[in-house]
Amino acid sequence: MADREKILNILFSAIDDFNEIRPGEAPISKSKDTILFGSGGVLDSMGLVTFIVTSEQKIAEETGISITLADERAMSLRNSPFRTVGTLADYIHMLMAEQE
Amino acid sequence: MLITGTSRGIGAFLSGYYAEKGYQVFGCSRGPVDFELENYRHFCLDISDEKQVLAMFTDIRKACGRLDVLINNAGIASMNHVLLTPYATARGIVDTNIIGTFLFCREAAKLMQRHNFGRIVNFATVATPLKLEGEAMYAASKAAVVSLTQVLARELAPLGITVNAVGPTPVKTDLIRSVPREKMEALISRQAIPRFGNMEDIANVIDFFISPESDFITGQVLYLGGV
Repeated sequence: MADREKILNILFSAIDDFNEIRPGEAPISKSKDTILFGSGGVLDSMGLVTFIVTSEQKIAEETGISITLADERAMSLRNSPFRTVGTLADYIHMLMAEQE
Repeated sequence: MLITGTSRGIGAFLSGYYAEKGYQVFGCSRGPVDFELENYRHFCLDISDEKQVLAMFTDIRKACGRLDVLINNAGIASMNHVLLTPYATARGIVDTNIIGTFLFCREAAKLMQRHNFGRIVNFATVATPLKLEGEAMYAASKAAVVSLTQVLARELAPLGITVNAVGPTPVKTDLIRSVPREKMEALISRQAIPRFGNMEDIANVIDFFISPESDFITGQVLYLGGV
């Protein structure tokens, strides 16, 4: 299973792709503390959808594992996994551990 | 370009039509196809099986890195009075016509959004607006496809993807083989132009929807024959 560091790097790679397909928009910075969504976040709702899809595709490419990030559980968690790059990495780490 | 349901009928015709026009065509159906085309690649799968569909899209992404056009042609019908429609038949129609269309729209849009361009053409039917007796589940499933088309048009517009539907009249394919002739004639007589449709009629509408100039056309359902 990919460790947290590897997952963060995959997310950074997804951020590169994401920034590339959204020219003219404020780029997301590659840091685990970057706030993605919610108060002070860099993404609007459509941006979040696109980023989730880009991340899922990147994870599948790099690890061969297909995971669904935006399911009912993710939406119902008290602390949203989509808050920061770091919380998203933690959530992906947990999903991958469950698949093993 | 990706076309579903290419083993026969309209899907087989569209594969040849667009391959000849120079498109790289990916096609799928439950079984193999009995034709060979230079720029055609076939996948055998059940379009309502998510795992199989995801695997096919992964292959397309690896092969091309992009997808510009999706034609959701695959569909099944069953001519039956509602009182004589088995659950398994109803379930099969829902799975293929609604779930299959949904899965392909979702996965295609994921690929298309990377290039901020995409054209999705779904298949409706005149059986829905004509409220065709004996086709309750088929007409209902295609009504769902119309609804899906119209909502996706709005959801996917910010990603440069248009979503439209063509609603063919009866075309002489396997889909209507079991329908009695008098039923078919009664249906056709309700069209403004009372004749069977042909493959070219459908291709003409798809050509319009997928043209680069049609980037302001989305959420539309175009019924043939003046229905």
